[in-house]
Amino acid sequence: MAKIKGSIVVNIEKCKGCEVCMVSCPTGTIAMAKEVNGKGYYYAFPANPELCIGCANCAMVCPDGVITVYKTKI
Amino acid sequence: MKKELRLMKGNEAVAEAAIRAGVDGYFGYPITPQTEIIEYLMEANPAETTGMIVLQAESEIAAINMVYGGAACGKKVMTSSSSPGISLKQEGITYIAGAELPCLIVNVVRGGPGLGTIQPAQSDYFQATKGGGHGDYHLIVLAPASVQEMADFVDLSFELAFKYRNPVMMLSDGAIGQMMEKVYLSPQKERSKTIYDWATTGKPATRERNIITSLDLDPNGQELFNLKLIAKYNLIRENEVRYEEFQIEDAEYLLVAYGTSARVCQKSVQLAREEGIKLGLLRPITLFPFPSKRINELANRVKGMLSVEMSAGQMVEDVLLSVNGKVPVFHFGRMGGIVTTPEEVVECLKSKFIGG
Amino acid sequence: MAVVTGIKEIIKPENLVYKKTNIMTENILSYCPGCGHGTAHRILAEIIEEEGLQSEAIGVSPVGCSVLLYNYLDIDWQEAAHGRAPAVATAIKRLMPEKFVFTYQGDGDLAAIGTAETIHACNRGENIMIIFINNGIYGMTGGQMAPTTLPGMKSSTSPYGRDVKTMGNPLKMTDIVATLPGSYYVTRQSVHTPANVKKTKKAIRKAVRYQKLDKGTCLIEIVSNCPSGWKMTPVQSNKWMEENMFPYYPLGDLKTPVE
Repeated sequence: MAKIKGSIVVNIEKCKGCEVCMVSCPTGTIAMAKEVNGKGYYYAFPANPELCIGCANCAMVCPDGVITVYKTKI
Repeated sequence: MKKELRLMKGNEAVAEAAIRAGVDGYFGYPITPQTEIIEYLMEANPAETTGMIVLQAESEIAAINMVYGGAACGKKVMTSSSSPGISLKQEGITYIAGAELPCLIVNVVRGGPGLGTIQPAQSDYFQATKGGGHGDYHLIVLAPASVQEMADFVDLSFELAFKYRNPVMMLSDGAIGQMMEKVYLSPQKERSKTIYDWATTGKPATRERNIITSLDLDPNGQELFNLKLIAKYNLIRENEVRYEEFQIEDAEYLLVAYGTSARVCQKSVQLAREEGIKLGLLRPITLFPFPSKRINELANRVKGMLSVEMSAGQMVEDVLLSVNGKVPVFHFGRMGGIVTTPEEVVECLKSKFIGG
Repeated sequence: MAVVTGIKEIIKPENLVYKKTNIMTENILSYCPGCGHGTAHRILAEIIEEEGLQSEAIGVSPVGCSVLLYNYLDIDWQEAAHGRAPAVATAIKRLMPEKFVFTYQGDGDLAAIGTAETIHACNRGENIMIIFINNGIYGMTGGQMAPTTLPGMKSSTSPYGRDVKTMGNPLKMTDIVATLPGSYYVTRQSVHTPANVKKTKKAIRKAVRYQKLDKGTCLIEIVSNCPSGWKMTPVQSNKWMEENMFPYYPLGDLKTPVE
């Protein structure tokens, strides 16, 4: 059976660390970084990239449009 | 093409001239003594002929903001009102000045303050010429003294408004708005198809987006903009002063009056001369820019000046500044909607300058 | 551009499913973290791109937090005085009926100072779209009471909670607009979850279609959050919004066309 795999790209410097993407992620892919970006925000990042299914939920709710989403069937 | 001769009220003449000037939109709200403007336009229904939009707004505030919206599209748009309504429009007017938009605002002035009276007055001179709303800005202010000029100044207003991207006010009064006179009307002009590069008309791929705003949160940017406005106003002062002179060649005394008062003062000049008093009249046609240079020159030749206005004395301050102390300057005016008589003016002149 | 990425092998152009639309400029949004304005902007921008409206869109931005909206969407903009956007949009659409004209306004702008302009533009059935962001507070000036502030809700001008006896009741402007003959499509949505984002986007797309068909005013209220004004984290504010704002401002269509 084909499995869907996703991947996200987060623009670190534009992220404001609001965490809205993290709570909207159905698979627990995203977490907040332990370090801050240039503006002092703990930015979002794919902490568990292997869990990503490319559903784009995170990107859809991101107020600052910092997430790009890719998806493929493996 | 030949001009058409009609007998009309000043208010009607503005409305008809607007249609003929190819105005794209009129946005108004009823208030005495200028309501004939919107009534005339509604009846003429130019949407069917020239395509001009005529809309009765829910308030003067909405009407002036409609003017903002239309002007920002590069359209020829106008509104009209009378004193209390013009006060309501001041917010919109300062935004229009701040966004450097061209438009025409007709003010058929009535007496104030407050609800005041519906009778004619000239008590909105300060409001019209010194800004009116908040911030450092000027309108170009044209003062018609006849029904003919109320018609002619529509075209002139838009010419100046677009030349300088600046709002123009036609400062009339209840007398000229309501009186009937013969008027030669210009032939119908086509509505302009020009698309201005600064206007919001939808962003094509070929240019950057256009933003019409009066906001600049950067103090340096805002100051630069203020300096730009000053430069524009100075250019207007240099190029656009208009006035008319009446029997000033040998005048020993000078009346300065605009609009209805200037009509009265023509008769005063005649009456004074019958008594052997060499009196002349200067009628500013533009109140901003004010004919300061000319008045200053005339101050070298006359013994005194009298500013005649239907107000407590407003234009007199500009006359005083222009004269700069060279000769005595006084004010005479009736208020409350009373039109000054020619005899009163002569009496005042005699009491101030000649004695008796 | 500094980025963090997931599995690198998947990141190929042919696998792309979501990226920021080019209608959104590269300017960094001036909003606080987690503010719904950004999401609402992006959805609007996506519709403008997907419907090919860039060259015909003329937006009218308000006074309030989104006053600088014209910096974020790459279309022609007019910045209106506080509350006057519907009047401004009225003239634009009347004079240029072939353009796509919309306003974007907050609750203070649309439901307090601009009440008359809102009601009358909708009542005339002006063929425009109004996006109404309702977060129950004046955000820009620092969290004062808005016409939509809930009973008992604290703000800097209702520090002990909104006392409806002395401060009046929250105004349901969208409900009022729905009763007007001139309004065509009136709906209340939110943008705090992916499902709600999809619904809001669908609503905006409908409004675009209705404007093309000259149907009259379409008003889309987006109940949104104000983490800073409400003094909560973004995630908390979204939860608070669900628990407190939605019961008072229930999501869903208030007026749908009979088609």
